[in-house]
Amino acid sequence: MSKIIEGLYYSDSHEFVKVEGNTAYVGITDYAQQQLGNIVYVDMPDTDDEVSKDEEFGAVESVKAASDLISPISGKVIEVNESLVDNPELVNKDAFGNWIIKVEMSDPSELDSLMDAKAYENACE
Amino acid sequence: MDNKKTCLYDKHIALEAKMSPFGGFVMPIEYTSIVDEHQAVRHHCGIFDVSHMGEVLVSGEEAEKYVNHIFTNDVTGAPDGKIFYGMMLYPNGGTVDDLLVYKKSLHEFFLVINAANIDKDYDWMQQHVTGFDVKLENLSEKLGEVAVQGPESEKIIEKLFGIKIADLEFYTFKETEYEGEKILVSRTGYTGEDGFELYGSHHFINNAWDILVNSGEVKPCGLGCRDTLRFEVALPLYGHELSADITPIEAGLGLFVKTEKPEFIGRDAILHQKMEGITKKIVGIELCDRAIPRNGYEVEADGAIIGTVTTGYHTISNDRSVCMALIDSKYAKLGTPVQIRIRKKLFDGTVVKKRFYDKNYKK
Repeated sequence: MSKIIEGLYYSDSHEFVKVEGNTAYVGITDYAQQQLGNIVYVDMPDTDDEVSKDEEFGAVESVKAASDLISPISGKVIEVNESLVDNPELVNKDAFGNWIIKVEMSDPSELDSLMDAKAYENACE
Repeated sequence: MDNKKTCLYDKHIALEAKMSPFGGFVMPIEYTSIVDEHQAVRHHCGIFDVSHMGEVLVSGEEAEKYVNHIFTNDVTGAPDGKIFYGMMLYPNGGTVDDLLVYKKSLHEFFLVINAANIDKDYDWMQQHVTGFDVKLENLSEKLGEVAVQGPESEKIIEKLFGIKIADLEFYTFKETEYEGEKILVSRTGYTGEDGFELYGSHHFINNAWDILVNSGEVKPCGLGCRDTLRFEVALPLYGHELSADITPIEAGLGLFVKTEKPEFIGRDAILHQKMEGITKKIVGIELCDRAIPRNGYEVEADGAIIGTVTTGYHTISNDRSVCMALIDSKYAKLGTPVQIRIRKKLFDGTVVKKRFYDKNYKK
């Protein structure tokens, strides 16, 4: 059974968004890390890069394959999670606790098209 | 066409393995985690269902002559119980399959072939039987096989089955009986560790799986770690490092192609390559960064594409971002700087030895 957290937004490609004011923390869900298995590398953008809703912004690599990360929102990357460079397995240990990028949102209304916890839970069944 | 099931299918489902199609069969990729399974083989003992592999029995007066005709290695005068690794080639030197040949006797050879190639190989063998006093039998559906691999495998098999295998040399086999059934045990494997392969009826293989797994000392391992294990010790996978378009010479496996033999299918083409040189070669490449080169990614040098990655991983045993790649032989020298394109970015790397991790065979 995968963990789902209330109050977060979810995309159908299994990314989550945690909102604090105009800032969005984006990562992958517990369901996603379970599906991937051992994560061995997280390919992240650079600070100041732009991300766009529904576009690829990096990848999460498991032993066998690389999985694109799709951004649920648009904006500018203000921070990437440096601890994932040497310890990508942190995403397996705690997916929700290890966001991948911190974004200054350019259009918060994009959040409306994302799922809430209940809808995501149903989608995963 | 539907994927086939091996005789151990129900065991994998009961263990909730992640299943996936491979070579025409639905196979277990991992049971718990690829990393744990990989490490179990390197440090203790793991078991693989390899019943999808094919087996062909060649028997008759001219069995040795026929095998030498279709096979690149030389089985002439070999002692009974000896095993050879080699290939079957097309006349142009391209590879039909890589396989193991077990010499049971002067008139009986047991060939073990890749699951994905069973029908192709058997047709090929039938085509070339004309003029030889031999009979071919495809035993693939009748037999099952498990591979028990790791430093503790010898001790565990002896203890659980009461079969003496301590003095079975590497690349030899014995035929024996277990609970009234004929079985075959060889000291072979595809992991770079000491290990054994057991062949027998579906009934025996199911029984053997239960005995080994229920002991608690043998970890079920899937095809996921089977690939990471063989990759680390530079063993080729047909379809990646060997194919109809890749000869054994290009793959760096000339050791198993005995051109001293007066004749075999593909000999002329190989001799030509040995004398004239090759234009493409399988090499090892290590990246400077942690990024992971994977099958299909392009290799570049001097601003041009010079080849493609055949297999790549971030190695579980020793944490290296490495791959095997088929590249223009001009760049094949150890130490040559090359680059690999990973999702639009170019990463720097160097040509290195293909054996990324040292084997631990019992010699």
